[in-house]
Amino acid sequence: MDAGARFRPLQRALHWLMAVMVVAMLFIGIGMVSTLRPRFLTLIAIHKPLGIAILVLAVLRLGVRVRRGAPPLPADLPSWQAAGAKVSHVLLYTLLIVMPLVGWAMLSAGGYPIVLYGPIHLPQIMPHNDALHATLRSAHTWLAYLFFVTILLHVAAALFHALVRHDSVFPSMVSWRIRSTVRR
Amino acid sequence: MKTGPSAAKIGSSSRGALALIGLVVSAGAAAFAYTAGWFSPHRLTPERMVNALSRRGGDPLGHRRNHSKGICFTGEFEANGAGARFSTAPMLAAGHYPVIGRFAIATGNPDAPDATGRVRSMAIRIVAPNGEEWRSGMNDSPVFAVSTPRAFYEMTLAQDIDPATGKPNPAAMQRFLSTHPENAPFAAWARSAPWTTSYADQTYNSLDAFRFIDAAGRSRLVRWSMEPTVPPHIVSRAELAGLGPNFLEQDLKRQLARGPVRWHLVVTLAAPGDPSNDATRAWPADRQHIDVGTLVAQRAQDEADGPCRDYNYDPTILPIGIRVSDDPLLAARSSAYAESFDLRTAEVADYPRTPPQPTGTH
Repeated sequence: MDAGARFRPLQRALHWLMAVMVVAMLFIGIGMVSTLRPRFLTLIAIHKPLGIAILVLAVLRLGVRVRRGAPPLPADLPSWQAAGAKVSHVLLYTLLIVMPLVGWAMLSAGGYPIVLYGPIHLPQIMPHNDALHATLRSAHTWLAYLFFVTILLHVAAALFHALVRHDSVFPSMVSWRIRSTVRR
Repeated sequence: MKTGPSAAKIGSSSRGALALIGLVVSAGAAAFAYTAGWFSPHRLTPERMVNALSRRGGDPLGHRRNHSKGICFTGEFEANGAGARFSTAPMLAAGHYPVIGRFAIATGNPDAPDATGRVRSMAIRIVAPNGEEWRSGMNDSPVFAVSTPRAFYEMTLAQDIDPATGKPNPAAMQRFLSTHPENAPFAAWARSAPWTTSYADQTYNSLDAFRFIDAAGRSRLVRWSMEPTVPPHIVSRAELAGLGPNFLEQDLKRQLARGPVRWHLVVTLAAPGDPSNDATRAWPADRQHIDVGTLVAQRAQDEADGPCRDYNYDPTILPIGIRVSDDPLLAARSSAYAESFDLRTAEVADYPRTPPQPTGTH
């Protein structure tokens, strides 16, 4: 394999920026629906524009991924682990795009104005309908749980590559060295 | 670079690494569970609040968990432009703006007789041409019963149905009142305010304080009221009970069949020192009042298939030019209303849009 192959700087930058945004988003989401305190209003005011920002970046990132690809997985990786990597990455990309759309659609179906910031509103993308709202609202919660579990598995797998296999996978996203030589 | 070890070479250092990975994942999951409140049985969550509201009797499935019995109305808000000096809200500029509203009684039982509703409410949703919305839920009491979400929760628990009697335990409410002196102004109103036969003759008050932001960015603390234009028809409670269980809805339909019913939207400007975060305390009567326009109710429609049914009258849905104050009830209302809305939109089957027609009665 190409031992030094890494994700491109733009891909790495997007990955880490979005990692922070998505983890913040999941904690804000689960935190706001379980509180009656004034922070509820602050959290929900962050949740909506942050979700749309993630949607925009996710579409950009998917485009970069399709054009630029990804470094190959180590040749000696057991096939079930390679398959797991593939499935989890497809799932993560899907959730990055679907979660904000479900949230946006859910607010549309609930008859809520979709306020990003101040006077900046988004259009409704679903008809105002109670049953539709209920389905999307429930999907938003369950997809969030699925998202969080997938992220935990993703972190576990990344650390497994770094600490147990000591292979090229972890440095391909983490390393900030300019040249891809390994000095050890 | 190092090549990956084969499975056979995974030794004690790798066991340490695996333990570390397990620790990282567990810590992440625990932080999430903590944030979700799964370790905090005493945290006041919207779910606990709404469950408590649902336990007050009646069967609110498919309905709002509070102010469960109501009727929709439509009409418009005719702004006279006087509010535009104080707020950039587009619906305060002179003009006509469509309104979808709702009248209700404060009860957890969608079938409660209207005579049991000490507090009557008006909710409105005013929409500006640019899509900005102003939603407001107002009560006809001059002040609210409590000033904090926690106290509201305790008051709601005190209305729990006692399984032995099928009614709330009066001692529970007594206990609540004796530990919540801030309730006194509301209690005095509830004891002494005259009962009337109509939604149309009531003053509906925002209770919570808000902020109006003018074009220069100046922020003013305000409350607002819908003041009626028809005289009250005051009756005794006995007469009220004799009017039948749905007299408020019947009266509204009768009045609107004859013509529109109007209220003046009057904004009160606070003076320095007036409480912004305590809805149990009225502001002195000599504060500046500004009549900013007229609400014109034109048509009434049953809630089951009415336009107000699927709106959440969350009082924090505000246009630019109006903001929430630091009143802690506002965030709690927003959070709990959303929970109630999420529940009832999932219970469509329990509240048919067209009530089933009785069969075999031809």
